[in-house]
Amino acid sequence: MALLDVTEMTQCFGGLCAVSEFSVALEPGQLVALIGPNGAGKTTVFNLISGFYKPTRGEIYFKGESIKGLKPHEVTARGIARTFQNIRLWFEMTVLDNIRIAQHHALGYGIFDCFLRTPRYMRRERDIEDHAMEVLERLGLREMANEQPRNLPYGVQRLVEIARALSIKPALLMLDEPAAGLNSADVDGLIKLIGDIHKDFGLTIWMIEHQMDVVMSLCSWIKVVDFGATIAEGSPTDIQNNPDVIKAYLGDDTI
Amino acid sequence: MKRLTVPALLALALGVLLWVCMNGVLNAYWQSVLMFMGINIILASSLNIINGNMGEFSCGHAGFMAVGAYVSSLLSVACFTKSATFGGPLFSPDLAVWLFPVVLLAGALAAAVVGLLVAIPSFKTRGDYLAIITIAASYIVKSTIENIPLIGGARGFMGMGGVMNAMTATANVPWIMIWVFVGTVFSVWLIRRFIYSTFGKGVDAICQDEVAAEIMSVNTDRVKLVAFMVSCGLAGLAGGLFAHILGYVNPGTFTILKSTEIMVMVYLGGMGSLSGSVIAAIAMTLLIEYLRDAFGFINSFLHFVSVIPDSYEVTQVWKWVLIPLLLVLLMQFRPEGIMGRRELADVFPGLRKFYKFKG
Amino acid sequence: MLRQGGTPLLQSLIQNILNALQWGSFYSLIALGYCLVYGVLLLINFAHGDIFMVGAYISFALSMFLLGKYGGIPGLPGWLVLTLAVPLTMVLTAVVGVTLERVAYRPLRRKGVNRLYVVITALMCGLILENGNLALFGASRKSFPTLIPTRVYEVCGVTVTNIKLMVIAVAILAFLLLHFIVTRTKIGMAMRAISYDRFAVPLMGIPADTVIVFTFVLGSGFAGLAGLFFAMTYPVIDPYMGALIGWKAFIAAVVGGIGSIPGAFAGGFLLGFVEIMVVAFFPSTFRDLIAFSILLLILAIRPTGLFGVARWTKI
Repeated sequence: MALLDVTEMTQCFGGLCAVSEFSVALEPGQLVALIGPNGAGKTTVFNLISGFYKPTRGEIYFKGESIKGLKPHEVTARGIARTFQNIRLWFEMTVLDNIRIAQHHALGYGIFDCFLRTPRYMRRERDIEDHAMEVLERLGLREMANEQPRNLPYGVQRLVEIARALSIKPALLMLDEPAAGLNSADVDGLIKLIGDIHKDFGLTIWMIEHQMDVVMSLCSWIKVVDFGATIAEGSPTDIQNNPDVIKAYLGDDTI
Repeated sequence: MKRLTVPALLALALGVLLWVCMNGVLNAYWQSVLMFMGINIILASSLNIINGNMGEFSCGHAGFMAVGAYVSSLLSVACFTKSATFGGPLFSPDLAVWLFPVVLLAGALAAAVVGLLVAIPSFKTRGDYLAIITIAASYIVKSTIENIPLIGGARGFMGMGGVMNAMTATANVPWIMIWVFVGTVFSVWLIRRFIYSTFGKGVDAICQDEVAAEIMSVNTDRVKLVAFMVSCGLAGLAGGLFAHILGYVNPGTFTILKSTEIMVMVYLGGMGSLSGSVIAAIAMTLLIEYLRDAFGFINSFLHFVSVIPDSYEVTQVWKWVLIPLLLVLLMQFRPEGIMGRRELADVFPGLRKFYKFKG
Repeated sequence: MLRQGGTPLLQSLIQNILNALQWGSFYSLIALGYCLVYGVLLLINFAHGDIFMVGAYISFALSMFLLGKYGGIPGLPGWLVLTLAVPLTMVLTAVVGVTLERVAYRPLRRKGVNRLYVVITALMCGLILENGNLALFGASRKSFPTLIPTRVYEVCGVTVTNIKLMVIAVAILAFLLLHFIVTRTKIGMAMRAISYDRFAVPLMGIPADTVIVFTFVLGSGFAGLAGLFFAMTYPVIDPYMGALIGWKAFIAAVVGGIGSIPGAFAGGFLLGFVEIMVVAFFPSTFRDLIAFSILLLILAIRPTGLFGVARWTKI
């Protein structure tokens, strides 16, 4: 059974369709990419699946259940985590707190536990903190735990964002342009990191990316969109040689 | 051992306070100043949850105070005293001592429920719109009270003095001072527990980036709801205590000027800083008391140096020019207030060694 | 000979509509100011209602002076005083509004601080104006002098005064003027553009600050005008008159859609209509309560107001 099954997802604002009849079926353990020129609707696809917008038409199934119309925090609780094109960390909080807050879906205590500091509360808070530190450790960020992201270099901020998404223990990780703004050394590190976490955590990873070296070295399968519609999909070599893709990115020779 | 130091200190403080009040060392005037200080601490720290931690703009805190004041006053007078409005006491006045906290809690709960009316719109709107909604809600509360002649309407409601007498008849201690102290400690304690938990930190996350919070599994509606109910409930608690200090309550107290006073304390202390709110509340209370005398002095002085004409008197009204002006200047030159977003433990790291400020 | 037309019910309805138009005219004039500033700065100028109050007091001082009540000049005839007072009040009130902008709002805009601070400042400035007035001039209400004799006309059983007609006419003229400025002049277009892209406007050749000042001039000027006519219609003025009316006008602007000029205008008349109707059926103490409740209701159902346009934020 496909992990994520999207059928003919469409979102139109009046006459303009940002996404039109988008379909994809992701199997567990895949590492795939969504590419396309700027404004093609890629982030909108992610936003639709995250639950931030509701599709005008189409279906979205995750682990066999429909997630269409769920609120974003509910979608996340089901096991989909993501990062953003512009890093959306909480910059005036410690890195550790950034990770801890992502555990809201699995707090394990109620409001009264919180006020009365019951043993259950104390235990859960300890667990949350331990888990957060574990994730930071795994990404080599242990020393930054008490720093605020605004004081950290961009590349490290990106890592923190990925750590935050990982801490949710997702089945599907959606990365929106993870290499954006990184220098080449950081990009190499990122490629290695994504490869490692894909293997170690057994995740399904779906990324939007413009940097082709990242896509080609990591992804087994690529889907290309333009103007909200799919124009090609296949293995990296297929895509590289596909004339529609070339036209979409570089334009038509005939003017 | 360390865990007991703060409760022990508080108990000691309460003991000293009671001794000082009962032996006349502290006169009635200063006793009331201390009590209003406590009320202001509750009001400022509770508003800080919404205006500070959540970064919203709620201008109607006085309205929730009014709800709490009226509900607890009506209950306590109806239950424990004879009054023109309600007739004889519903319960024996001897029970007043035991049931007073229940009455206060009822006022707080009522305020929390009214807070729902403001919380629910906050799910969808932010910023200026929430300001409008809170001001409108506060005005509606005041206007509603003024339109109910049964509870005194615009003239106000009294009779709480009788409840306090019933309590002192059972045991001659300054009950209202005790309850204000307990209420203040309770509020600060509750708020601290809330904002230091992972759940409470969701409030800060919503403030800094609500979209990210929502997508990172924070149930923003639920967090906002809890935050508003705690904030408004505590304002109601402050209102109930306030009404029983004075012995009467009047809707004219709960205007936008009152909400402004509370806002000044929050922004002066620093948005998001609990210790800041406490410090600012204490400072403002003292400042307002000082101004009471100061204006007389300033008036005489200005007449003395012939700066102002003989017929003009500098009066208390200038307080209502100076307080908003203070806030304007704060916004211009030091919008982060005294503490910014930090707590005392951040400013004095030594404290952190002595007392673990987490959880 | 006047024909006795219409049934008593119809007459009463028309009477109420006229009253509502007049009452709503004040709301509309003030609402326009809120709308303009919001359209340009995305700021709710909470001090605007108090600018209206300042306008009323300025018109009072001007009228008293020009009528010779303060000595200094021999009194001028009432109609001349009115003719002079209209532009003078508008100009002087505009000065107050612009001063507020330059002293309080602009420094914050320069620093690029959180918009919240500007909103707080606006609210506080309103309070300073109110209480400053109270502190400086005392709590006694002032009685506005009669400038022109009130003439009552009766048409088909409906009574209307010349002042009432003037107020309605002024409001309509103001709207037309404003509509013209915003749609036909370069600076008007700049006003509309600036809220979408502050940096593009100077590239068009008009400094952003100029546009903002112009906005405040228009908004405060109209508020001053409203203040003058309000004082003529209800000749008692007090320092807190701006607070409540300001809030009502603000409600009107929100109901109509705070970014939209026709919306603000329509909202003013709508609110006037609602209030007159309410007072016809409920005790007058409920009037404000119901007005605020309507506000909450509209915000709950249609937050952008009747004519407003929602703004999208990109994720």
